[in-house]
Amino acid sequence: MKIPFSYIFRNLWTRKLTTALTAAGMALVVFVFAAVLMLDAGLKQTMGGTGSFDNVVAIRAGSETEIQSGVSRDQAALVESMPQVARNKLGEVMASKESLVLISLFKTGQDKGSNIITRGVSPMGITLRPQVKIKTGRMFREGSSEIVVGRNVHADFDGTQIGQSIRFAQREWTIVGIFDAGGSAFDSEIWGDVTQLMQAFRRNGFSSVIVKLTNSDNFDSLVKDIKADVRLTLDAKREQIFYEDQSRALSTFISILGSVLSVIFSIGAIIGAAITMYSSVAMRTGEIGTLRALGFRRPSILVAFLSESLLLGLVGGLMGLFFATFLQAITISTLNFQSFSQLAFSFALTPKIVVQTILFSLLMGFIGGFLPALRAARMKIVDSLRAA
Amino acid sequence: MYYFKLIFKNVFRAKLRTALTITGLIVAVVAFGLLQTVVDAWYAGANASSGTRLVTRNAISLVFPMPIYYRERMRSVEGVKSVSYSQWFGGIYKEPQNFFPQFAIDHTNYLEMFPEFITKPEELLAFKRDRQGAMVGRKLAEQFGWKIGDTVPIRGTIFQGNWQFTVRGIFDGKDETTITRQFFMHWDYINEDIKRRFPRRGDQIGAFNIEIKDASRAADISKEIDGLFRNSLAETLTETEKAFQLGFVAQSEAIVVAIRTVSFVVIFIIMAVVANTMAMTARERIAEYATLKVLGFSPGYVAALVFGEAMVLALTGAALGILLTFPMAQGFASSPAGAAFAVFAVTPSTVQLQVICAVIVGVVAALVPSWRSARVNIVDGLRHVG
Repeated sequence: MKIPFSYIFRNLWTRKLTTALTAAGMALVVFVFAAVLMLDAGLKQTMGGTGSFDNVVAIRAGSETEIQSGVSRDQAALVESMPQVARNKLGEVMASKESLVLISLFKTGQDKGSNIITRGVSPMGITLRPQVKIKTGRMFREGSSEIVVGRNVHADFDGTQIGQSIRFAQREWTIVGIFDAGGSAFDSEIWGDVTQLMQAFRRNGFSSVIVKLTNSDNFDSLVKDIKADVRLTLDAKREQIFYEDQSRALSTFISILGSVLSVIFSIGAIIGAAITMYSSVAMRTGEIGTLRALGFRRPSILVAFLSESLLLGLVGGLMGLFFATFLQAITISTLNFQSFSQLAFSFALTPKIVVQTILFSLLMGFIGGFLPALRAARMKIVDSLRAA
Repeated sequence: MYYFKLIFKNVFRAKLRTALTITGLIVAVVAFGLLQTVVDAWYAGANASSGTRLVTRNAISLVFPMPIYYRERMRSVEGVKSVSYSQWFGGIYKEPQNFFPQFAIDHTNYLEMFPEFITKPEELLAFKRDRQGAMVGRKLAEQFGWKIGDTVPIRGTIFQGNWQFTVRGIFDGKDETTITRQFFMHWDYINEDIKRRFPRRGDQIGAFNIEIKDASRAADISKEIDGLFRNSLAETLTETEKAFQLGFVAQSEAIVVAIRTVSFVVIFIIMAVVANTMAMTARERIAEYATLKVLGFSPGYVAALVFGEAMVLALTGAALGILLTFPMAQGFASSPAGAAFAVFAVTPSTVQLQVICAVIVGVVAALVPSWRSARVNIVDGLRHVG
């Protein structure tokens, strides 16, 4: 015979303070657990959403990032002329030869500079990134010292209003627009005309070449052709994969830190649950004896106490998850170790994380409640009745 | 005297619960200590800096170089003792995961400018004489098992090519805070090769290290140096070594803040656990407290009993936790994950914070239960069955 659920529920309800404290402890653990998963998911969403699967990025072989790379004009021209590269209706090659520099700007409220990627793009570069849209102002004009800033740069850094200008490479660069790149890494960048930026920085070569494939399946043949040409010492990757690789170190760091923290914290919460359940068992010795005397079997007692602990875990889990949902409003900007520049990303709550979090809290409840429940189930009827 | 005896008897009455609570406390105190140490590790570079050293870099950002001839003009500035330079090499040793900082330096005077790097004279001489020589920090040498005379192949990412360096010396740190997970090579050797292959990239340097005679003049000298190169193609930004290092911390501030916050969250969690233990303990003993009051003990005495018990729990947990923090930090530092941190040592201020947190946990946990037990109504209390 099963012990009714309302009995289990009322037991928790009677001891509100203890239940609340235990659940609060668990909620905090769940909150941290969820926060870390959400941060990692947010980072992956940002980086994954940055590139398009059909675009290919070519950088100098072995250079790992666009900042360290250098692609000469000849090499860029060769890549552009490959047959796998798409052309638009006007017959123009869908390729962007880009130049990247890092400039140091001040985050609001900080007196130390943080590195920002400043990307010189060809007119086609904007077409190749359909997610980039001007939010306010207008796009920079070709051949002028005008720049547009990503919305996260605009939000986090001083002196990035429309009409203000930033000085670097002996020139004043006027901000004429703010763009929204749909939560991708481009939101943390500044864009300008590639020829102007290269002139200002006295550069002769590009940093990277981005081309659109005529057909997604042509990627392998393009890579093969690039490798086969001795003049091209380049690495080519799909744009999407390229950006995912750019955040690998940061992502690994977040997940290692997060899993270590979750393990340590959950030990604390499990102990909390165990204390609560042990005391619950101890205080209700007489009650357990009565239940047994009424004909409830040992397994029913075990299930009842375990359910109580699971319920406790669930309450904690839901509480933690509830608070974690508010994190979605927060965007954090930090140094991406690989590109050595600022990257802004937010906490993202995915259905997978919700399931993982709830399972995690139930697991804590289960581990914390198992031994106490076992003790309750093993009590002898006579002894426990006498104890009351 | 009886007071303490009573507290100790009470603490160990529910052995299992006490053991669990103390275990929880130990976990929390250790976690807190380790997280604080991680934060400290972030500041390792800034803490190891000297007030008489300045760093000059390109004003646009660190990735832009400056012409090497700037050095001669810097030397002429009043108050400058010596000028050296360093260039981030950023190569890969076998796998990208094996990351460690590599700098191409001026072999003639760079290591002398940093007295915290302790070198053997004969090894330093050997390093200076071998153009392909490398000077390696103790921690790095231990991690990869390098000995003097070993060849270390490094694949360049900024300076492309497969480079070979020979370990000529292994340097030690002056103390625990010195970063000895570094690799130094000759800038001349790199530059010569680069100049031949990419003439435009030759004779450029990432940072100048400047030693000044008087630390109090750092601001003036910085201004004067930057003034020399104003309106040139490569304008400079000169700051003290500490400010330069803090610049790196500021860039990843969000992570530091997150770790700090989390380290306090763990304290909150354990506060809930201990508070819960004390609440249960006090509830079970209401009849006893009533009895004590009947016997004439004051409400204050009863409150002090509960309070003392919470403090004994908190401080026992803290003491064991602190003792455990040291071997744990040691273990972490020598693990592959810990190798990413240049310096990983528990500081006295961390231990101090651990104690303070434990005391706060004890006090907060005891607050409500001790207030309740002090106010127990004798008749109700005696009637109460635990």
